[in-house]
Amino acid sequence: MDLHQLWVILSTPDNVPIVLLLFVVPFYTWYGLKQAFANDRLIDQLEADPVMAKTHHRKTQPWKQGWAKEIHVWPYLLRIELLAAIICTVILMVWSITLDAPLEEPANPTLTMNPSKAPWYFLGLQEMLVYFDPWIAGVVMPSLIIVGLMVIPYIDNNPLGNGYYTYKQRKFSIWTFIFGFIVLWVSMIVIGTLIRGPGWMWFWPGTTWDHNRLIFEVNRDLPDIFGITSKVGKNIFGALVTLAYCVVAAIGIHKLITWTPFNRKMYARMSVLQYATMQIFLIVMLSLPVKILARLVGRIKYVWVTPWFNI
Amino acid sequence: MAETNGHNEGNPVTTGAPSAGSNGGGNGGGSKLTALMADAKAVQARAVEEMRETIKAPEKTDVWKSILRVKHDDTPRSRALGVLSNVFLHLHPAKINRDAVAYNFTWGMGGMTFYVYITLVFTGTLLMFYYHPSKVVAFRDILYLESDVPFGKLLRNMHRWGAHLMVIMVELHMFRVFLTGSYKKPREFNWVVGVLLLVLTLLLSFTGYLLPDDQLGFWAVTVGTNMARATPLLGHDGPFGAVMGMTPFNDVRFGLLGGSIVDSNALLRAYIWHCVAIPILASAFMVVHFWRVRKDGGISGPAPMMLESEIKEPKKL
Repeated sequence: MDLHQLWVILSTPDNVPIVLLLFVVPFYTWYGLKQAFANDRLIDQLEADPVMAKTHHRKTQPWKQGWAKEIHVWPYLLRIELLAAIICTVILMVWSITLDAPLEEPANPTLTMNPSKAPWYFLGLQEMLVYFDPWIAGVVMPSLIIVGLMVIPYIDNNPLGNGYYTYKQRKFSIWTFIFGFIVLWVSMIVIGTLIRGPGWMWFWPGTTWDHNRLIFEVNRDLPDIFGITSKVGKNIFGALVTLAYCVVAAIGIHKLITWTPFNRKMYARMSVLQYATMQIFLIVMLSLPVKILARLVGRIKYVWVTPWFNI
Repeated sequence: MAETNGHNEGNPVTTGAPSAGSNGGGNGGGSKLTALMADAKAVQARAVEEMRETIKAPEKTDVWKSILRVKHDDTPRSRALGVLSNVFLHLHPAKINRDAVAYNFTWGMGGMTFYVYITLVFTGTLLMFYYHPSKVVAFRDILYLESDVPFGKLLRNMHRWGAHLMVIMVELHMFRVFLTGSYKKPREFNWVVGVLLLVLTLLLSFTGYLLPDDQLGFWAVTVGTNMARATPLLGHDGPFGAVMGMTPFNDVRFGLLGGSIVDSNALLRAYIWHCVAIPILASAFMVVHFWRVRKDGGISGPAPMMLESEIKEPKKL
């Protein structure tokens, strides 16, 4: 156990935001879901009791007869905003006084940093480079993440859960987002920051970053495993396997979308275009953990090898 | 003092102009002087009186009224006008959902992101006074900033950590908006604007990374922009890049860096994107974002919950 190494990694100034992230993301996930479950219990009560559903104000927040639904922004909101601004300033000041921003040696193109890492918020993408070629990890995936986030409101046609926390009424979308945000985005950032060492090799927290470490990994292309040697054969085989993945993933996603009676109801409301868009983005999203598994378990480098690109 | 209370004593001079003497007559130089003194005293008394009234009730002066436009008293109408007639506060509605002011619904992330952005614009502007975007002096400017400029180190630290804080807050804001389903009708488009703002926030942070011109920034930006080489069709290392005639000297990476390596042109480009172009773009999108929050009916909740049995049939196209 090399505690010094651990301390060096954790206390690197630019890694402090990730240490912060390790606390705030679980906290706010818990905080949001706690309210979601509280609301779900009330929803259960309201569904069981139609009379109550008619008279209840339908929030878990306290409410009494005669209370106004709305309150004045001045002073009830403005004082909170002032307080928030003061707290932000104090946090930023204390942080800035106690911890100095990093400044390393002058830029030197002849002296490569090892590991050389992107800023922390892009480390998820850099971590993806282990599993995909740069054109996928660095260009296609980020573009699809951006567009995929943008289309969310247009493919989620579930009218429930608009403006309140709930889990019960939006299970599929909440699971999908938490999977994308926490499992794929935040945890890949954490891995890229805290675990990847020299040569972008995996160093468990507490092990020493050994700059001379070598790993003899024999990653093979999938066609090679099946003994396909000709270029054309590899190309066709890879295309078939990729297509097969898409079909299997699409069927799996379809099963998930139509899992419960409520999900089937939402599915019935979808237009073909909405359904197709959703499938495409979910298939692409799922390809990341599938490729990670294929690499870690099957030691597979590429699935589809062509003269122009490799997947 | 009795003199300063002149007009209450019934002094005849109080309403007159300074030149109007009450003791006017042919009594010679001595009495003229006395009259002048009396006038001066009366004017002084008036001035002091006016000052006192101004200090006692500044809101009654013309200057005050001209600035604030609306008379403030403790009535609901006046409170509403206080918000609506103020350019900085008019983003707010006059009244809001009583449950929305509790911390647990919004987590305050959107508002705090905006506040941190303002802090960053402020500290960033101050930093620009001490920085030249030139390969020759950029790194030295940072050293001077940290050692010679009063509070220079604090300024840089605040800018750096504020940037990290903003990225974290933007992501948490998005997480909250998702969990509360606030992107649903009628706020779909504002979510799209929000995603653009997230991207701009990341780009702002990324372009700023290179500016100290140290090893950390240099290699981070080298790693980051190397991705652009692999852009399909538009990068010289990407799929079909060669088919499109891409070389290291005409592809998309060349456009980003202003060269084939991260050098002085890249530094200047990062500086201009960081300090001018992206802040303007981000500010414009923020204006739209906040405007749409209001136009789409204010913040989404906490809204009364809807039950499954109340779902209406969707309109057919």
